Amino acid sequence: MRRENGGRIDRSRTLRFRFDGQEYTGHPGDTLASALLAGGVRQIATSVKLGRPRGVFSAGSEEPNAVVQIEEPFPEPMLPATTVELYDGLVARSLAGQGRLATEPDPARYDAVHAHCDVLVVGAGPAGLAAARAAAGAGARVILADEQPEPGGALLGSPDEVDGVPGAEWAAATAAHLEGLPDVRVLRRTTVFGYYDDNYLVAVERRTNHLGAAAPAHVARERVWRIRARQVVLATGAHERPIAFAGNDLPGVMLAGAARTYVHRYGVLPGRRAVVFTANDSAYAAALDLAEAGVEVAAIVDVRTAPGERWAARARERGIELLAGHVVTAARGDGQLSSVLVGATGDGGRSIDADLLLVSGGWNPVVHLFSQSGGTLRYDEALGTLVPGASRQAVQPAGAAGGVFTLPGCLADGAAAGARAAGPHAGPHAAEAPRAAEPEATNAPAYWLVPANDYSAHFVDLQRDVTVADIHRATGAGLRSVEHVKRYTTAGTAHDQGKTSGLLTSAVVAHALGTSVAELGTTTFRAPYLPVSFAALAGRDRGALHDPVRVTALHEWHVAHGALFENVGQWKRPWYYPRPGEDMETAVLRECRAARESVAAMDASTLGKIDVIGPDAGEFLDRLYTNLMSSLKVGSVRYGVMCRPDGMVLDDGTVIRLADDHFLVTTTTGNAAMVLDWMEEWLQTEWPSLRVHCTSVTEQWATVALVGPRSREVLAGLAPGLAVSAADFPFMTWREADVAGIPARVCRISFSGELAFEINVTSWDGLRLWTAIMDTGLVTPYGTETMHVLRAEKGYPIVGQDTDGTVTPHDLGMSWVVSKKKPDFIGKRSFTRADTSRADRKQLVGLLPEDPGFLLPEGTHLVSTATLPEPPVPMLGHVTSSYRSAALGRTFALALVKGGQGRVGERLYAPVAGTLVPVTVTSHVLYDPEGARRDG
Amino acid sequence: MAERRSPAAAHADRFEAASRGEGLRLAELPFLTHVNVRVDPASPAAGDIADVLGAPLPEEPCTAVTAASDITVAWLGPDEWLVVAPEGYQPELLRKALGERHGSVVDVSAQRTTLLVAGPHARDLLAHGCALDLHPSVFGPGRCAQTTLARAQVVLLPRQDGFLVLVRSSFAAYMAEWLLDAATEYVT
Amino acid sequence: MLLIPCPWCGPREEAEFHYGGQAHVAYPENPAALSDEEWARYLFFRDNPKGVFAERWSHSAGCRRWFNALRDTATNEIHAVYRVGEPRPVTS
Repeated sequence: MRRENGGRIDRSRTLRFRFDGQEYTGHPGDTLASALLAGGVRQIATSVKLGRPRGVFSAGSEEPNAVVQIEEPFPEPMLPATTVELYDGLVARSLAGQGRLATEPDPARYDAVHAHCDVLVVGAGPAGLAAARAAAGAGARVILADEQPEPGGALLGSPDEVDGVPGAEWAAATAAHLEGLPDVRVLRRTTVFGYYDDNYLVAVERRTNHLGAAAPAHVARERVWRIRARQVVLATGAHERPIAFAGNDLPGVMLAGAARTYVHRYGVLPGRRAVVFTANDSAYAAALDLAEAGVEVAAIVDVRTAPGERWAARARERGIELLAGHVVTAARGDGQLSSVLVGATGDGGRSIDADLLLVSGGWNPVVHLFSQSGGTLRYDEALGTLVPGASRQAVQPAGAAGGVFTLPGCLADGAAAGARAAGPHAGPHAAEAPRAAEPEATNAPAYWLVPANDYSAHFVDLQRDVTVADIHRATGAGLRSVEHVKRYTTAGTAHDQGKTSGLLTSAVVAHALGTSVAELGTTTFRAPYLPVSFAALAGRDRGALHDPVRVTALHEWHVAHGALFENVGQWKRPWYYPRPGEDMETAVLRECRAARESVAAMDASTLGKIDVIGPDAGEFLDRLYTNLMSSLKVGSVRYGVMCRPDGMVLDDGTVIRLADDHFLVTTTTGNAAMVLDWMEEWLQTEWPSLRVHCTSVTEQWATVALVGPRSREVLAGLAPGLAVSAADFPFMTWREADVAGIPARVCRISFSGELAFEINVTSWDGLRLWTAIMDTGLVTPYGTETMHVLRAEKGYPIVGQDTDGTVTPHDLGMSWVVSKKKPDFIGKRSFTRADTSRADRKQLVGLLPEDPGFLLPEGTHLVSTATLPEPPVPMLGHVTSSYRSAALGRTFALALVKGGQGRVGERLYAPVAGTLVPVTVTSHVLYDPEGARRDG
Repeated sequence: MAERRSPAAAHADRFEAASRGEGLRLAELPFLTHVNVRVDPASPAAGDIADVLGAPLPEEPCTAVTAASDITVAWLGPDEWLVVAPEGYQPELLRKALGERHGSVVDVSAQRTTLLVAGPHARDLLAHGCALDLHPSVFGPGRCAQTTLARAQVVLLPRQDGFLVLVRSSFAAYMAEWLLDAATEYVT
Repeated sequence: MLLIPCPWCGPREEAEFHYGGQAHVAYPENPAALSDEEWARYLFFRDNPKGVFAERWSHSAGCRRWFNALRDTATNEIHAVYRVGEPRPVTS
């Protein structure tokens, strides 16, 4: 229930929300958990495996129990109620395990941002604030990230003072001071969830979640911060840990520090009559604060026979019964806590009525990020917990995260860490620490488990319903490693990742095996520290921005003229241009006919283009290409193939000689960047003495392929100054000319076998050129599908479609492109390897289905027999390209077939949809094998 | 006859709309001259090219020099520079300066386009997609970088009021869309 | 995301680089003089140590220079980078 006053909530405003169909109210500053506790709700969830009622166990992101489903304003599954800031109109319900994902698209924006700093401080509790202040005071660029809506950390849940003012006030003033500095960024509601190599940390900032439906649409709801820090200070605090005893999962059982936080920070009393079960001093402060706030504290049950004297005295002064050397043997109640059984040993004892049982088994430094950094952890016997050891990264823990559990200790440790992190920036006063009262220090040996005969209700992992009995089953089955026990029992694998249960699991396993926690170790901490939504991780990298779309200078025309597009790498290339009523087949047959019988044009701008310049350019290309390039005359063009050293085809394209020392190389669309990298690799690492420079000019030029028997006529009309006859402008030469009034380089090359010209202008002028060509009214635009059909009819392979990295030029029937004269080129030596001269290598052939209307699916396998033998069926190869041909009046395909060049005329079979389709092997050149058409 | 067209021409209106507030100025600076120069920096040819440019070819990696004639020479590699000059500048001048000596001068004006990202939020905007530290103490005028912005390779040139983002022409529409989307919070 | 120190541009994110495999595997002087086995060794065989490994990287999204790095394959720590043609530095 809510206290009359107090807490860091805004009582002047009331927020309405619904939980499991009931209306409740709360205030700004509440979490869903604090508002539900204020509303008297004890059961928040039902456990996943055993169906047991569960309540609020903690006051932070370590919560294992109170996991809810948000339904409105937008569905989100499995959020700890202790981390959900309350807002007006929130609708939530309790969960029994799994939640539900939204079925509708999330309308919110999510984004990401890169940030750099000298010092990243994680956590804005007393240590973190002191560290940030010290580092910033020394002039460092600082980022301070904290997961809470306001800074202060543990100070928000206690009445402790710093520098003579209440801790929360000191925290607010310190944060305000930091925010006033130019190179300091304070990130609230920001959880650093991953720590990677080279001090790269990733955080998620929840920017508008707390506004509910009132969140402005243009502000990213969550933001992922990618932070590169020179130094990191981890002031991540500590998690209180539970003790395993019977019924320790009942609603009403709560971590002692959490109860204290509910009282101080939220003005909420989490119960009316409490018992405190502790193994250390810190829970005494909780007991006294709760008593002060009006909770009847029936007893403090301290496992130690000699509790701290001053704390004990203060408890007695307050009239609280102190049962030293006692334990809670059971928590009892029907659906929620109603009594606590207390005894001097593990079983039975005296029953005390209570609706609240505060538990403190000690404190675990939050070492998750330190461990993720590659840091080692050390079990500290005195503290009974894991503390940071060494890390190879520039990171240091500060305060409770490093095992310092007093407020003045945290302030001093934080200030020192901040000053150290600022390094050379640090001035003489940087490490001056804020001051706070020194508490009494009492020995607090680790205490994990109340001994019992029956361990079936001693819960270790509340979220996974794992009990001490389950762990004993695992160790009884012979498991000895805590990692194996984790996987066998699922302890620590729920979405809280065992924040409160991990070390307890290790302790219970160690106890069962008769060893120590130090000896046994613990499970590995991995990112993310907290569950992070996929929406946040995806950020803006979705929809149209998921991957770049590359377009040519002609793209707008293609779109305006109804082209459908094909993705080629990141490029959008026009696939075909359907006219009204046309399907793809009709459109492509029409485009093919236009190219073979009249004139057609394609946007070929996506081909890679590289200027290769220098006195040794010819020698360089001779080494890279299988054929001779240095003999190419200025003004001429040559087709070439590049291989890898293993002799397999890497890429192909044309080489144009622009001047003695200047070649222009084209590559396939998808390989442009790779080929340039390839050239640079050889030049820089193997042949630095070659005087050659390579420069990408892919997008400098827009390229239009003008194809077909009437292409000469169209070009002549557009370029009156150009002599276009076959004699004046022979095949495989290039000319400079004005085309449509635009300075252009025209090449007479053909990827279709037809008379064809490739016209290159700067990409600024690409659209002008294309429009002029289309304005002749004679030219049919065609896309990549038609280009593929035309080239396949001629048996021209596409690298990457008809080859797959296991194909030599010889396999493609292109021995003519492999020089026998050159002493060496990349790949040459491999052509004399036994493997590359095998007779049964897969070779490129043509295939004609016996049914001329049957289109073989690409990828179809080929076999030699009309019926399939018992497996394993000997495969002869597969179909790499398959089309309908207007020119052939039938379907055809290209295929890689074992010994294919020797099988011309043979009948093979293609298993398609349960039947064997007969096909005849032919030469891979199916159209105009004499090359009669290239001159028009 | 249609006019020549720059790669981000279709985004001009939206850039303008996004620039109406105080926070940001986005624009394409179309048709600037870009020349890729490769030459041994220790060679006399490098000196002759520098003379024509009116600025030395900077030898310190990731720096740029701006000459009085509004020509910027950006370091791309130990023997490679990008000259960014006003529209109409003749790359031929540099080719002549190089002469027959070993090196290369390639007109790449249409290979990339130049986007201006300026205003008080320019750095915030780029930080959404650029992993480099763009703090003025690290990356101010006189620096340059080849890096990635979002998922595209770019050349970044910081200026007093913001940055020039040189992006490959085929990526210009993507980059424009990305910038406009990233600007949502800064222009509303 | 590793930070790889390009010998020219300084530390940059790993995503700006392409990996080039083992360093100091020179293209043979005269491949024709090699036996099939020697040639196959050049083509297909590379070291795969756990620990410090000399390997090639290209700053492909930056200055496009190839360089060598000594990287610990177990920890990803880069002990040294050096330009093509420079000798492998001695590290402890």
